[in-house]
Amino acid sequence: METFPVLLIAIPLGGAFLVPILYKAWKRLAEIVAGLCLAAVLALSIYLAFFLVPGKPLVYLFGNWPVPLGIAFAVDRLSAFMLLVVSMLVFFSYLFAIRYMDHFTGSGKFYTLYLLMLVGMNGVVMTGDLFNMFVFMEIAGLSSYALVAFGTEADELEAGFKYMVMGEIASLMILLAIALIYAATSTLNLADISRAFAAMDKTPGFWFVLILLMSGFSIKAALVPFHSWLPDAHPSAPAPISALLSGVFIKVLGVYAMARILFNVYGVSRASYPEVFNALLILGLASIIIASLLALYQKDYKRLLAYSSISQIGYIVLALGIGNELALIGALAHILSHSLGKGLLFLTSGSVVYRVGERDITKFTGGLGKQMPWTSLSYNLGALSVAGMPPFLGFFSKLFIILGAVKAGFIVPAVVAGLFAVVTLGYLLKITNKVFWGKEGIGGIKESPFVMVFAMVCLVVLLVAGGAFFFWLKPHLLQPAADVLLRGTEYADIVFRIGAGG
Amino acid sequence: MIILVASLILFLVGLYAIITKRNMIKVAVGFSLMEYSVNFLFAIVGFRPGALPPILQVVEVGKVYSDPLPQALVLTAIVIGLGVTAFMLSLILRLYNRIGSFDLEEIKRLKG
Repeated sequence: METFPVLLIAIPLGGAFLVPILYKAWKRLAEIVAGLCLAAVLALSIYLAFFLVPGKPLVYLFGNWPVPLGIAFAVDRLSAFMLLVVSMLVFFSYLFAIRYMDHFTGSGKFYTLYLLMLVGMNGVVMTGDLFNMFVFMEIAGLSSYALVAFGTEADELEAGFKYMVMGEIASLMILLAIALIYAATSTLNLADISRAFAAMDKTPGFWFVLILLMSGFSIKAALVPFHSWLPDAHPSAPAPISALLSGVFIKVLGVYAMARILFNVYGVSRASYPEVFNALLILGLASIIIASLLALYQKDYKRLLAYSSISQIGYIVLALGIGNELALIGALAHILSHSLGKGLLFLTSGSVVYRVGERDITKFTGGLGKQMPWTSLSYNLGALSVAGMPPFLGFFSKLFIILGAVKAGFIVPAVVAGLFAVVTLGYLLKITNKVFWGKEGIGGIKESPFVMVFAMVCLVVLLVAGGAFFFWLKPHLLQPAADVLLRGTEYADIVFRIGAGG
Repeated sequence: MIILVASLILFLVGLYAIITKRNMIKVAVGFSLMEYSVNFLFAIVGFRPGALPPILQVVEVGKVYSDPLPQALVLTAIVIGLGVTAFMLSLILRLYNRIGSFDLEEIKRLKG
């Protein structure tokens, strides 16, 4: 178990190296190797997410340098939870991609970039070092820019360029903040920075760095008003990549990194930094309202889902801004439910595009539900979960966010969150209405190949099971992860206690 | 302090280029400027006036040593910057092949 953090990086990195070589020899072998790597990562993450002792993180010291000196990985229950979310969706999207990528040439490069993106995301979640986090963020970022432009048509290249400009501005803002933090504290270890910050006055420079970091991560998370790149970038990618980008990418690089730095490094709580929490609350509310209303007017299947992602990210950030225990559990549950749900919806869009070759929902005449029953069923159940209808996982995540808001006395955000769950259902049903329901259909369409259907049905089963066993998941998975955030700067003490011995 | 302000000005010049320039190559140059401003800041952070190089055989008490870590960070940042610039230029080249122009106004087909 001590070496798990390294394996979680080394396995996909090795796979990314092997796949293009094997691809020259035999295409299917490359796919199988990529799949085995992803399955291994999934198995390790499941083990970590359920069996890692709460309050006793795995600290892996590279080169055996004790904690403040070298680069350390610190995997606590929050990291393990994020690892589970990432590796689940990455695995099922891979199953979907096996057949879906038949459309494209150069799928060897696709799996290399896919595995590199996983390396980047795993690294961001596990690392305990600020500069290291930036490096992994760039690995994930660069491979995602390439994947968005993978189709190499004019639209995809444009979206990739736009995405890259925004993403790099965000990265450079974060890098500038890291340089300023290093100038002030002479350390890069998250735990050590946390201790240095505790002793520091709140000068204008301190706030400047905090604002730089928050703006950078807000761009990465595509919160309104930093969202303009997302509705172009996510629909342009191949469907399994859209699922990953919307499902986990923005959450890992944006929300997780922001939460880790705010809660565990700055050690913010609602009492000590009300400004930060109000800013998060306003960003969250703005994202929910504006993106939902924009989503209502979309005519493109995937673009509608992309706007929906912005609004659901708003729910997570709103819950972070409320900042009490119920809301944080809701935020983590929403990370899980939205990654599965939105991943599923993007996969159904891929399934429709695979058979029909059309994304503009005004050109559909309905009735696809008769010809593609499994895709239709998956879409409808996924949409119910994303909108927050019982008995799916999405219901419980929104319920906890609203309960947290009510308990903290924020009645208006609670009402908005409840109301816009209905708006969510409204715009998601628009696709159901135009594409899947109705009598007449487009002739000669049949259900997608078995693996694609299998990937979608697995995600539906996970959403239903998550809802059914939510009260088992809560103490075993969500509560320990939320505790990491709630305990704040205790993170530093724990990492020092385990990692300083060498 | 002056150095901090200087690197911040360079950062903002790069950002200005990215936001206002219509030519995609100039946008890429803007990114290089921003990267250099941060690298410059990192390099300067390790500097101490009158410091000795941090090669310690016997620790001399009371002497000031410069900080070696930022150089490692700058090297990493430069390599990442290289990757970013290379990828951005290849993306621009592919766009040029499709559209026949470096002008951002002409490729504005997707809208927010």
